Amino acid sequence: MGKEKGATKRNFLKGIVNENPLLVSILGTCPALATTKSVEAAIGMGLLFTIVLVCSNVLVSLLRKLISEEIRTPAYIVIIATFVTIVKMLTNAFLPELYSTLGVFISLIVVNCIVLGRAEAYASKNGVFDSFIDALGMGAGYTLAIMLMALFREILGTGAFAFGKIFTFIPYFKLQIIPVGYEISIFQNPAGAFIVFATILAVIAFIKNRKTELKTIKEREEKIRKQQEAKALAAQGGNK
Amino acid sequence: MSVFISFILAIISSMLIDNVVLSRFYGICPFLGVSRKVKSSLGMGIAVVFVIVLATVICWPLYNYVLVPAGIAFMDTVAYILVIASLVQLVGLFIKKYSPSLYKSLGIYLPLITTNCAVLGVAQSNTDQGLNFLQSLANGVGTSIGFLLIIVTFSCIRTRLESANTPKAFKGLPIALITAAIMAIAFMGLQGLFSGIIV
Repeated sequence: MGKEKGATKRNFLKGIVNENPLLVSILGTCPALATTKSVEAAIGMGLLFTIVLVCSNVLVSLLRKLISEEIRTPAYIVIIATFVTIVKMLTNAFLPELYSTLGVFISLIVVNCIVLGRAEAYASKNGVFDSFIDALGMGAGYTLAIMLMALFREILGTGAFAFGKIFTFIPYFKLQIIPVGYEISIFQNPAGAFIVFATILAVIAFIKNRKTELKTIKEREEKIRKQQEAKALAAQGGNK
Repeated sequence: MSVFISFILAIISSMLIDNVVLSRFYGICPFLGVSRKVKSSLGMGIAVVFVIVLATVICWPLYNYVLVPAGIAFMDTVAYILVIASLVQLVGLFIKKYSPSLYKSLGIYLPLITTNCAVLGVAQSNTDQGLNFLQSLANGVGTSIGFLLIIVTFSCIRTRLESANTPKAFKGLPIALITAAIMAIAFMGLQGLFSGIIV
């Protein structure tokens, strides 16, 4: 394929920045709010989610010419559900702590709009390699976004940053950031999840607004300068 | 009698104390997506009640009398999602035939329910926790009515918010999420409502 250089990289990065599934498209909010009590759980969720997304995207892309138009959605759902079941059983066998922490939310990856959305919007129309990269980028973007949420919730809610509770193969360590007794435990509660998510979205909206504002200001200045130049030119012409 | 009382208590507890949206985080997508207008949120809520109750009634026997005896209990997620997807289609056809006016108001929300995590979440958690049929039914009814209650309340608040003077960055979704947070805090107050009754 004679594709321009950097297309793959752009394909990967779009999932992280411009088309971030959670922060820009606002998809897959249920696990993002439910599994972000600790950074570790968020990493686990993001990892499982990425595995399912990559596998189903690749398989959908491989089968895209075989699956007829009418039964598309049920077929995709069955593919996704199969991979979710595989991932669920593997997690149960090898990372039982993660399995019990995430609970029903592993099964709920099936109905995560992002997975079905990517299968529908991207993998059913593009080649295997492109779909693989797309899924990888989307998965990474989602994981980073929920890690960001979990970081705020864990540090503000428990006052410390702990690691090794769920991934037991890592030695346990705990970093106390806010002194004991000053933590804001509401951030560990559901209400805190909503507040953190709202604040992150508001900051993104603020940055976007600021960018468009700066752009319009620049455009206006450019326009005024051009007008002035034109006026000066006209004045010179009049003098002659 | 005590069975009946515990059934009612289980419904109320999964409706208010353990509310789907505000404490279990199921169904946030339709909660944020379809709550701009009171009318559409009401339609969505009623459709969800329909599908969740039916899905609970079908999925529980399916798991306990088909999947477990056949030794394929690990196929539960696949089976549930197929049941839910076909159920949504079926309910759609049924309503279309017998009540065209209801279909008109619910029609567009029905396909959306397939990807509502509340439906699969209820079916899955019923069998994961090993509840019996009556408990599952109570969980299904309570959860779905809780969803209806919250989404309608939320949409009422949201219509007022549209005209409110919020900071520019918070316009739209962020302020809606803050509202949801305040509602979640209010619902936290209901915790321990039954601590004196249930022994």
